[in-house]
Amino acid sequence: MKLSPDVTVNVQIAREHGLTGEEYRRILDLLGRIPNLTELGIFSVMWSEHCSYKSSRPFLSALPTEGPRVIQGPGENAGVVDIGDGLAVVFKIESHNHPSFVEPHQGAATGVGGILRDIFTMGARPIALLDSLRFGDPADPRMRFLLNGVVEGISNYGNCTGVPTVGGEIYFDDCYNGNILVNVFCLGLIKADKVFLGRASGTGNPVIYFGSKTGRDGIHGASLLASAEFDESSEEKRPTVQVGDPFTEKLLIEASLDLMKHPWVVGIQDMGAAGLTSSSFEMASRAGTGIDLDLDQVPRREKGMTPYEIMLSESQERMLVVVEAGHEEEALEIFRKWDLDAAVVGRVTEQPRVRLIEGGDVVADLPVHVVVEGPLSLKRKIRRPNYLDEVDHLNLNDLPEPDRGDAALKRLLSSLNIASKEWVYDQYDHMVRLNTLVLPGSDAAVLRVPGTSKAVAISVDCNSRYCYLDPFNGARIAVAESSRNLACSGAFPIGLTNCLNFGNPEKPEIMWQFEQGVQGIAEACKFLEIPVVSGNVSLYNETRGIGIFPTPTVAVVGLLEDSRKHMTQWFKRTGDFVGLIGLTIEELGGSEYLKVMFEQVCGGVPTLELRAERQAQEFCRELIGKGFIASAHDCSEGGLAVALAECCISGPGQPVGAAIELESTIRRDAFLFGETQSRILISFSGERREEILAAAERSGVDFAVIGRVGGEDLSVTFNGAEFIRTRVEVLRNFWKGALGEYARQVT
Amino acid sequence: MVDSIMKSAVVVFPGSNCDHDCYHILKHVFGVETEFIWHKEERDLSAFNFVVLPGGFSYGDYLRAGAIARFSPIMKAVTRYAGDGGRVLGICNGFQILVEAGLLPGALLHNDTQKFICRHVYVKVENAATAFTRTCSPGAVLKIPIAHHQGGYYADRETLSRLEANRQVVFTYCDESGRGGEAANPNGSMNNIAGIVNEAGNVLGMMPHPERVADPLWPDVDGQRVFQSLIESCASPAL
Amino acid sequence: MIAKIQVTLKKGVLDSQGKAVHHTLTDLGYNEVKDVRVGKYLEVHFKDITDVEAEALVKEMCEKLLANTVIESYRYTLASEE
Repeated sequence: MKLSPDVTVNVQIAREHGLTGEEYRRILDLLGRIPNLTELGIFSVMWSEHCSYKSSRPFLSALPTEGPRVIQGPGENAGVVDIGDGLAVVFKIESHNHPSFVEPHQGAATGVGGILRDIFTMGARPIALLDSLRFGDPADPRMRFLLNGVVEGISNYGNCTGVPTVGGEIYFDDCYNGNILVNVFCLGLIKADKVFLGRASGTGNPVIYFGSKTGRDGIHGASLLASAEFDESSEEKRPTVQVGDPFTEKLLIEASLDLMKHPWVVGIQDMGAAGLTSSSFEMASRAGTGIDLDLDQVPRREKGMTPYEIMLSESQERMLVVVEAGHEEEALEIFRKWDLDAAVVGRVTEQPRVRLIEGGDVVADLPVHVVVEGPLSLKRKIRRPNYLDEVDHLNLNDLPEPDRGDAALKRLLSSLNIASKEWVYDQYDHMVRLNTLVLPGSDAAVLRVPGTSKAVAISVDCNSRYCYLDPFNGARIAVAESSRNLACSGAFPIGLTNCLNFGNPEKPEIMWQFEQGVQGIAEACKFLEIPVVSGNVSLYNETRGIGIFPTPTVAVVGLLEDSRKHMTQWFKRTGDFVGLIGLTIEELGGSEYLKVMFEQVCGGVPTLELRAERQAQEFCRELIGKGFIASAHDCSEGGLAVALAECCISGPGQPVGAAIELESTIRRDAFLFGETQSRILISFSGERREEILAAAERSGVDFAVIGRVGGEDLSVTFNGAEFIRTRVEVLRNFWKGALGEYARQVT
Repeated sequence: MVDSIMKSAVVVFPGSNCDHDCYHILKHVFGVETEFIWHKEERDLSAFNFVVLPGGFSYGDYLRAGAIARFSPIMKAVTRYAGDGGRVLGICNGFQILVEAGLLPGALLHNDTQKFICRHVYVKVENAATAFTRTCSPGAVLKIPIAHHQGGYYADRETLSRLEANRQVVFTYCDESGRGGEAANPNGSMNNIAGIVNEAGNVLGMMPHPERVADPLWPDVDGQRVFQSLIESCASPAL
Repeated sequence: MIAKIQVTLKKGVLDSQGKAVHHTLTDLGYNEVKDVRVGKYLEVHFKDITDVEAEALVKEMCEKLLANTVIESYRYTLASEE
């Protein structure tokens, strides 16, 4: 859309900017006049779904956001949770889905850049990145291109900034064919009393711009790309995807942290989606002030940029900071040290308006509250989708029960959703900064907290197949599993951040999924006492009318008081006993087994009883805390059989076998491949056996000793008959190489 | 050990990211008084017992890894320091800077896998008589991680034979049992070379990160050998 | 004045990027491809300078910074700006 800056705005132009007729009328009402083009541009980005949360906000209030450790809940750049010793962790997860589909390398890279800025903007040193990635049908050659591009983008950007990428998850499903998901999580460390907020306080204080210069790239980028469905023209949107510069980002991190050592820093904010517009309006809004911005001072890469372009540019690696008057020169000196462009671009004003000045003339003048609080929360219609009636049941009698499980186990281990992700994390520097206690490849990443005896653990999870079949219970499971992964590493959960990826909110069925998903997270979080401290909503993940499975990704952060007592998932010693915490129910609904062996996605989702879940987690943590066990591993996709195999083959050394004997009245395939929740596999030495059995008795948890570690085979007998016997070396080969082989193929 | 306090400098380029890790190991694990030196300073380094060029992405590895950093003011001082016999340890990006600056021969190419590689590898100590390896037994196998995109060592035939003849090849990639060869070569380095010293033996460049396996908090501490050797050789250089 | 500079790995230095691209092209059925070399292309824009001066400067820049002559060779052409 090429418009002269002097054009008189009308409803047609407003529509081209993605505003509805109703929204445009509201702007006229609130403003009492017709906005000029620059002002309309500002409204269009600030009132977009991406920036305003207008569809999702009414539902999000269901989430529990408070807890004794919470320092900062949702609403700022990221959540902050106290971890004692005067320290806090700052974390958030965010989507960069649409840009990554259009240009995977830069889309993913700038996603990493954006989430890093959210964290260090608060004064925290970023110490860990994780990613939740979803791709479509692996048989589609474009998926291989996207996988390689996204992983390279994350690798390139994350590695260069010196923040380790320590974990994550990757799934493939046809539902992501037209909309891959790239959700990026970052955690930072901060002194609990040194949290910086994005506030433009203090009339007369200077507003300083620093970082990269502003160019014409990305105008209407993230905000509009993420606020409409995809179609054929998306390919043409490529120019709106920004290019990341991780080197400048690294300088920004160091310069910002240098800057924030000084008491004269008032507020700081990164320029993310909607660039200079959102940062200036949000900073003013939070402080109840206004800002006069002198656009002539904004460092620019190109000549002849209009106010509209300057305000809407989404050039990367830029920040805005307010300092106390009189300290401008000290601040600029820091930016000079780091070779960053910087300039005083404005002043805080008492009048709560943002005024843009160019060549001495006021070219835009908007009341802050009208822009920030103006968009109406939409009361979207809600309707339970009809597809559920088709998929919510599964009759196990229709599935042949196999005599042996070896073939299924091998196929599951080489399924890309289960196979080792080594090909990916080998490309990420996961060790830099010397905090990574548990390297990628176990249930949760564990990082020591430098200067203390503590450690934090992080796990990112969501099984969207479950959420498709039952968004409420699928979301509950996501929270439970993430928290269980922490328990397996010895940590207790202290906070959660979520990234709610859904389809087109204009469809009542999608909003039903959204509501159910949020309520599922809310219920599980309330029960497990995990506050939600930050989050992100990504809607319109839909191409040509086909939406993704609902994907409410959650990242739970946990704490270990004693970092030495962290646990990993693999068996350690021949001769150890193997125990199973939790009860197994006869079910295969929504399982990877059902999908891989029968190409079916149906049935009720796995059973999750929150009381049993909490009990299992507490019991596991107790055993780890007392030093009773040598390994702990959550049973998830692929069920008990895959979990057992992973215990045998996922360690850093040579694989080790195990002999397992199971007795049960339920079907053997359901027992071995079903995905009943709240189950944890542990191993321990014989001398601990009695103590562990006694502890289980006391806690009331379901627990059984099911076998021994050792030998070269994984063998499972079921009611006395051999069901699985395969050399672990063979299992490892299936599991270890599958993803790399896939990624390296040429089509 | 000598009475005087051991002092080391860790040079910080824009984009260095293992500077804090090296500092932590030297200061907190080995008790060496350690100072960060900003690359824009062109100061006399003679007060330091040794200088470390840490890993990272100086100048974003733009153009070529290390190509821009070598023109930083501090590199003049480092060159003078090395010329006077001062001990310089370049790790990963530090190694890349040293070859770009001509303080070490050869060059580092993109990994033959075309990917960044971060994982534990094994290296064999080919020369245990250097200032950087004197606490290792000859032929010892160390487990040290690599994390780089541009670590394939290259030198022309003549340079290679000179390196071998002078015993300047200090570390080579190998497997757990010390066997070299293609299977143990992670990045396409010629002759599996992972680290070399200059002819005078006072400048070492290595791609693996010893500082990542030097904190006793982790089970793997083979990297301590490199720092221990360096510290001992500074304390009693005549050995 | 503009200098258009191409930097490529010297013959004899393994060009792993070129090799990977070659491999992929072959897999895609381009059997006609004999070899691929991957390099860098740089444009250096000069102000107020003669051909002779530019030539001398470009050589110096290539030797000093733009190419690593241990492994890379360079070629350039000079042209007047459009």
